Amino acid sequence: MTMPDERPPAGVRPALPVMLRVVEVCRENDEMVTVYLARADEAEAAAMGLELAAFVPGRFFMVWLPGLDEKPYAVSSLDAERVGLTVQQRGPFSTAMGALRPGERVGLRGPFGRGFWGLQDHGDGGRVALIGGGCGTGVVAPMRELLPQAAVVQGSRTAGVVLRLPALDGQVVFTDDGTEGCRGFPTEWLAAQLRAGALDAVYTCGPEAMMVGVATLCREAGVPCQVCMERYMKCGIGVCGQCECDGRRVCVEGPVFTTEELAEMPSFGRRRRDKAGRIIVLDSCPSGSQAAPS
Amino acid sequence: MTPATPEIPVDLCGIRLRNPVILASGVLGVSRDLIARVAAAGAGAAIIKSVSLEPREGHRNPTVIAYEAGMLNAVGYANQGVEDAVREFEGVGDLPIPVFASAVGQDADEFARVAERLMGCGFAGLEVPLSCPHTPGYGTLAGHGTPEATERIARAVRNTTDRPVFVKLSPNVPAIGDLAVAALEGGADGISAVNTLGPGMVINVEARRPVLGFGVGGVSGPALRPVAVRCVFDVAVALREVDLEVPIIGVGGVAAGRDALEMIMAGASAVAVGTAVYQRGLGVFGTIARELADLCARLGIGSTAEVCGAALRHHKEPV
Repeated sequence: MTMPDERPPAGVRPALPVMLRVVEVCRENDEMVTVYLARADEAEAAAMGLELAAFVPGRFFMVWLPGLDEKPYAVSSLDAERVGLTVQQRGPFSTAMGALRPGERVGLRGPFGRGFWGLQDHGDGGRVALIGGGCGTGVVAPMRELLPQAAVVQGSRTAGVVLRLPALDGQVVFTDDGTEGCRGFPTEWLAAQLRAGALDAVYTCGPEAMMVGVATLCREAGVPCQVCMERYMKCGIGVCGQCECDGRRVCVEGPVFTTEELAEMPSFGRRRRDKAGRIIVLDSCPSGSQAAPS
Repeated sequence: MTPATPEIPVDLCGIRLRNPVILASGVLGVSRDLIARVAAAGAGAAIIKSVSLEPREGHRNPTVIAYEAGMLNAVGYANQGVEDAVREFEGVGDLPIPVFASAVGQDADEFARVAERLMGCGFAGLEVPLSCPHTPGYGTLAGHGTPEATERIARAVRNTTDRPVFVKLSPNVPAIGDLAVAALEGGADGISAVNTLGPGMVINVEARRPVLGFGVGGVSGPALRPVAVRCVFDVAVALREVDLEVPIIGVGGVAAGRDALEMIMAGASAVAVGTAVYQRGLGVFGTIARELADLCARLGIGSTAEVCGAALRHHKEPV
């Protein structure tokens, strides 16, 4: 089988950050901001390895704040003029992202990894569910453009942190504390839809415990499901091994995996590696955020 | 289906490899599962990512970047530390290919402590890098690249295992042959040549600052290859001059069968591959082995041992 990242031997493809100008920083809720960057000259960017046109939902970019760090982020919106990164402010890096001002520059490398696929097989998306948990809802949001009739379901801790983007119009909201929408988890909605035979495909991104629930329900119902995973990443290009999960490199072979692939990945939902590569056991709270604050 | 990987048997100090294409240390070798993937991809052997006494988070990102002629990295020896590594690699001898440990320390005693713990896991051999160019306290930044330190550290790890010990040398020295001789005098069984070049630097002109979190990083890939070939050649010449012929693992920019044969003709018995995983994907190990077998057949070469060091007869003393 040809590996997804297999290439002919000619030379080395550059993977260098390209500086993009911040044009707007939108506060989305108590914890999240969306940073909008102006698209650079495409040919010049491509010479350094940045190809915004190659983005598909689920693929990610390495975002560089010079002097601070570089972290992986998905794109929550992309149009001809600008690219949007929705960030949950949790640690020093994401806090600095939220403190950016228009005119400042941010480095971008990518896109990297395997995104969601098969989106075009579902017509207008009337029998598709896009299930987001917290900030992961921003990762599934750009699929709405291809699948305008897809149901969007968001699970969130509380009303103050529900993500509202134009692409999420009409979303069904679940909160842990019942302060908005239904009290509970998106898996309750999903179980009912699957029982009714209303779905042909499910795409999800969010806390791992939530995605385990989504993937399990879909597997039991025999409905194809793709999951976008998060692991601590360093190189983004499949060489350092940092994001390894049961022998798979999440940065190039994922971050999107099918339920069939996840069945061969016992660490999914259970273990991840920290910055040094030590194995950390995940908690199992469906709305808990297990990743280290970034 | 992946085409069958040809048998190109190689002997490294009694360790039998099905082919001479090895996973280089620092790339992918953080877990048993990933090494099993590398074995399934056709590698003849693998070397784990270097392990230190305590866990290390390494340098801030960006730690690995690619440019048109290669890769730069300043990972900074990020690793889980020897105790977690022992749990990770326990029973590593059950994998279908020989796996080498890689131990690092800040001084000879620490090298020996890490090596001793690791070698209880069932590794086939041990590689000892004295050559990292981007981690304060380690490698060339700690003065491990001198003949005296090389001999001292080689001797310290030599006493921890009866398995073959390979010392990995830096290309960033005036006389790499002297280091190889020093390593063997300390008791090493073989030489790995080389670690990354430089360090180098890439500056982003808009940001007006170096891109790597550590500022500088070791250069690997095609930019390193001719330097690495010359280093292997120099090591082979130096070892012949003192009648110490031991296996050399050639490392640096090998991405195709032709590159591997070039290293072998410079004096390498096997080659290690890292950056080419980015260039050609995880299947690169079997691909290089197949290309090497095809090329040997085309050139009428019966075995790689037959042409190991074939270019050395053109060695000329500098004038």
